[in-house]
Amino acid sequence: MSFVRTLLSPRGAVFLLLVILLAAVIVLNPDFAEPGQIMRYIQRVAPVAIVAIGQFFVIVAGEFDLSQGSLITAQVIVAGNLVGADDSRTIPVLCLMVILGLFVGLANGLLTTLLRVPSFIVTLGMMLALLGLVLWWTGGAATGNPADSFRQVGRGGVRDIPLIDFLPWSVLILAAWLALAVWLTKRPLGKLLMSIGDNARATRYSGARDWWVTTRAFMISSLSATVSAVLLVGYAGVHPSVGRGYEFVAITAVVLGGVVLGGGRGWIVGAVAGAFVLEALFLVLNIAGVPSSLRDAVQGVIIIAAVAYSGLVFRSRSRGTSPTPSPDPGKDPDAPVGADTSASPALDAEGTAEVRGHKNRGD
Amino acid sequence: MRRIRIDQTVIVLAILVVVIIVGAVLVAAVGRSLFSPGNIRDILTGMSVLGLVAIGQTLVILGASLDLSVAYVISLASLIGATIMNGNPASILWAVAATLLVCAGIGLANGLIVTVLKVNGFIATLGVGLVLQGVLNTNFQGSAGSVPWDFQLIGATGIGPVPVSTIVMIALAVVVWLLLDRTRTGAHLFAVGGDAEIARLSGVRTRPPLIAAHVLCSVFAGLAGLLLASRLGVGSPTVGQQGGYALLSIAAVVLGGTLLLGGRGSVWGTIGGVAIFAVVDNVMSVMQVNPFLKDVVRGVVIVAAVAVYSRRAIVRRRARFGPGGTRTGGDTAAQAAAPAMAAATQALDAEASASDADRAAKEDLR
Repeated sequence: MSFVRTLLSPRGAVFLLLVILLAAVIVLNPDFAEPGQIMRYIQRVAPVAIVAIGQFFVIVAGEFDLSQGSLITAQVIVAGNLVGADDSRTIPVLCLMVILGLFVGLANGLLTTLLRVPSFIVTLGMMLALLGLVLWWTGGAATGNPADSFRQVGRGGVRDIPLIDFLPWSVLILAAWLALAVWLTKRPLGKLLMSIGDNARATRYSGARDWWVTTRAFMISSLSATVSAVLLVGYAGVHPSVGRGYEFVAITAVVLGGVVLGGGRGWIVGAVAGAFVLEALFLVLNIAGVPSSLRDAVQGVIIIAAVAYSGLVFRSRSRGTSPTPSPDPGKDPDAPVGADTSASPALDAEGTAEVRGHKNRGD
Repeated sequence: MRRIRIDQTVIVLAILVVVIIVGAVLVAAVGRSLFSPGNIRDILTGMSVLGLVAIGQTLVILGASLDLSVAYVISLASLIGATIMNGNPASILWAVAATLLVCAGIGLANGLIVTVLKVNGFIATLGVGLVLQGVLNTNFQGSAGSVPWDFQLIGATGIGPVPVSTIVMIALAVVVWLLLDRTRTGAHLFAVGGDAEIARLSGVRTRPPLIAAHVLCSVFAGLAGLLLASRLGVGSPTVGQQGGYALLSIAAVVLGGTLLLGGRGSVWGTIGGVAIFAVVDNVMSVMQVNPFLKDVVRGVVIVAAVAVYSRRAIVRRRARFGPGGTRTGGDTAAQAAAPAMAAATQALDAEASASDADRAAKEDLR
């Protein structure tokens, strides 16, 4: 019962949605349940999920990173042009891409924190400038086909494994990146980012170097975009449209995962689950034979509905008691709904007091 | 409030002047003039579409929301307008009315999702934008409809070097300025954008102003779409997305000194921001800058211009009480209460600085 309750909570809503969507996929196409197919599915999600992990750190600190999509495109084109057919260049170009990614993140972060320009504007400017620079450099056409060793990262994997048959590298990279990110959220950096998103001033007064903390969030975000670009070079090839719109997909995934835009609240696993939900949604629409022209519309409706649902649940839970699951949640959802509709704030307060008192007596 | 608002707009205007001077020098260097009538007409024409979208966006951002669906609304409006007109001058009025009605409906949907379902404006309008993209994809394969000559004149004619479309845009900016500065809805929009919870506790109904802002924003995007249709002669399903109007309009609004967090800003700042974009774009076209480099320059200009004043703008707070403070209850009442308010403000200031000193002393002790 408590498991069901967790699924219905805002934290669990995204997992519930994922289960429903995957069940729908399996009903429509029983082949999907095979381990090999599921691996392929995770391989497809990996680039989006990794970008979402990066976006999570930025959003949780109360900022935006709109430059991710452009950075992916830029990195893909850099890889296409510099690696060429030469296997020996793979490692140096990878290093160059990492440095470029870190530099873009550093620039985003410093402009946001030191110049006090809203991150929405900084990363929007970065998005325009980065894409323009790279397209100008290449003359607008993405040329080059990177060496196979480079592309293996995105498309290759370990073959002939019992049970799953094929384990793509990108699945391993996603798992590693997620583990790293979860570890990071437990570290002081992760906690500080969360508290900056919740109350930047209080965090500053408590002695945090907030500018450097936020800047590192942007660097993580850009680094994630770089990793995603490496995967996409292998998976999707080199093209100026690779990565376009990824920033919005990532933000959507993060918000679907129950992370609050504006910062201070969220769980990284939820953000990754949000990316899985989006990809599962595409899959369902694909298998169900929804005309491709209507897919955008269905996607839009579901995103709004999912975010509205998790918001409503969250509000009805967070009123009256602490946000952590209360030992007696059965009574809570009713009272807050009543409190929500009461016109007077005074009544509101009385309502919550009553709930608390009642609960204490019950305990 | 008045003094500081002018301050912000003055900074925007100063940036605009700097941009114009630098532009004029650069243009003169290639042997052309930035101020030739033809060029001025180009700049003003460039301002009108983005200006219309940005005016609407200003309202939404003042209410601490965002509208990312404007690009799709523009495309849809151009298509609806052009297909209903279908080359027949008699149906112009009906077509404009129907288009704006549809746009108002979209804005109403945006507003209700944001206020009633409490979905963040970013996600809500992104979702509505996706829905509109689906509608565009299913119903229109390419350019459709045709615009009668009479309607095309709106986009093509001008009084001297000033195009009619720019005059319409400025006139609507005046209307919105009056709405924000002189009406109750405007004051409430500022209040809700500043802090929705405090506005609610002060007895403001928080939903209607934000819904009105979203409706107006979509209607303004619809007007921009009609204007584009009148210029192109047909309706196009991609015209809005290609122009990048969603993000550019937000950038223009922020460039104009409006806080992205809502609650502070002005329409005239936005017009200034749009003018900066138009001048920069025009200078680059005259100098035949590589189209990809144009984006680079745009990005740098956006960040640099916002950086110039954002340090000041955020530190400054407009006086909440006393002379020059916000007031909604009429001037006489406010003037009568002014001395008491001023005294209270001073007392608060003294208290604040005292506690500051107190804290400093404590920190010294530590």
